[in-house]
Amino acid sequence: MALELAIQNLVSPPVLAFALGLLAVLLKSDLRLPEAVYQGLSIYLLLGIGIKGGVALSESSMAEITLPLIGTLVIGLVIPVIAYLLLGGLTKLDGINKGAIAAHYGSTSLVTFTAALVLVESSGYTIEGYVTTLLAVLEIPGIVVGLMLASRALGRSVNWGEAIREVLTGKSILLLAGGLLLGYLTGSAGYERIEPFFGGLFTGVLTLFLLEMGIVAGRRLPDIKKAGIGLVVFGLGFPLISGTLGVFVGHLTGMSVGGAAILGVLSASASYIAAPAAVRLALPEASPGIYLTASLGITFPFNLIFGIPLLLALSEVIGGFGF
Amino acid sequence: MILKQRKLLTIVSEVAIEHRILKDLERLGAKGYTVSAAHGKGPRDQRTGDLEGGNIRIETVVNNEVLEKILETLTQNYFPHYACTTWVSQVEVVRDERY
Repeated sequence: MALELAIQNLVSPPVLAFALGLLAVLLKSDLRLPEAVYQGLSIYLLLGIGIKGGVALSESSMAEITLPLIGTLVIGLVIPVIAYLLLGGLTKLDGINKGAIAAHYGSTSLVTFTAALVLVESSGYTIEGYVTTLLAVLEIPGIVVGLMLASRALGRSVNWGEAIREVLTGKSILLLAGGLLLGYLTGSAGYERIEPFFGGLFTGVLTLFLLEMGIVAGRRLPDIKKAGIGLVVFGLGFPLISGTLGVFVGHLTGMSVGGAAILGVLSASASYIAAPAAVRLALPEASPGIYLTASLGITFPFNLIFGIPLLLALSEVIGGFGF
Repeated sequence: MILKQRKLLTIVSEVAIEHRILKDLERLGAKGYTVSAAHGKGPRDQRTGDLEGGNIRIETVVNNEVLEKILETLTQNYFPHYACTTWVSQVEVVRDERY
């Protein structure tokens, strides 16, 4: 079953486009999406995910959401601490860089989440509508905890105001939260009118976006050699640990097989947009060459290709035990 | 037309700290600036990444007194940890009260 899912995931258009992007870098092609197109597509994806989540949210009850929401918050606080401790055992990095990486792994990746939605849905599972809310919720606490861990090592407090403002007013949170509200207010009747654009075209746009992500991630690959074996082991192993935690919490808080798999993917994924911007502002001493290589060069491709089907398979197994 | 001497300060840095730099420029007395997108490579070759924005090039024309203050701030707060490079050129302006 896991193998079937893995193959189904591997031959899906978005993942293939990602591989094409990687190939383009290997061939030293100068292919890039123009910056404005990249920005436009990311706005489309963020707003689209937000709106769809909002519409689904308008059909969910508060009672249904409470437990998963609390579970997600706990995950967001716990994962960076585990990451920090594991990094201490696996690498010789100082506390500042460990904290910076912890902030990235505590936060989450929209593109990984979106790719997971596509796979889980195409496997025939229903997904709770409120998972997008969980995405928005999980984005922030990990960054805060990671920065706190780093500031302890640094011996001074970081510039919280600027870092938090960057995360909150950055386009990720603004568009996700704004989209959620928009979808919630407009409901399914309003959504019907924009469905062809935000629904029908969605996987196609994601495919184009992942082509560019393949190029961006591919350019990080040479840095992996410099990163050291400890960081590579962490980048590949940690998503399995945090992802498993997420899947368990999903089932424990009453989510379905599909929903728990998505929470697993959210937990497993590492941020490479919101977290780097906040960390760069608050923690200039940390090296982007280390934290971006880990999150974007190692963990993101791993999750996209192997992590998502593995976590869905795990969720199926746990679901089979009648949790 | 009477031309007056001023200094053109050019700063190339990471887009991540654009707002912070611009706030400092205004605080230290620069009356205006121009920002444009830029890309390139420096001796350190270590940036936030080409994912979100890349580099920016900030240009501002100022008098010597303001220039000193800005260079001091850049040296203290930006050069040690950020990809940030700066050069100064002599320029001549009309309407010198604007700079």
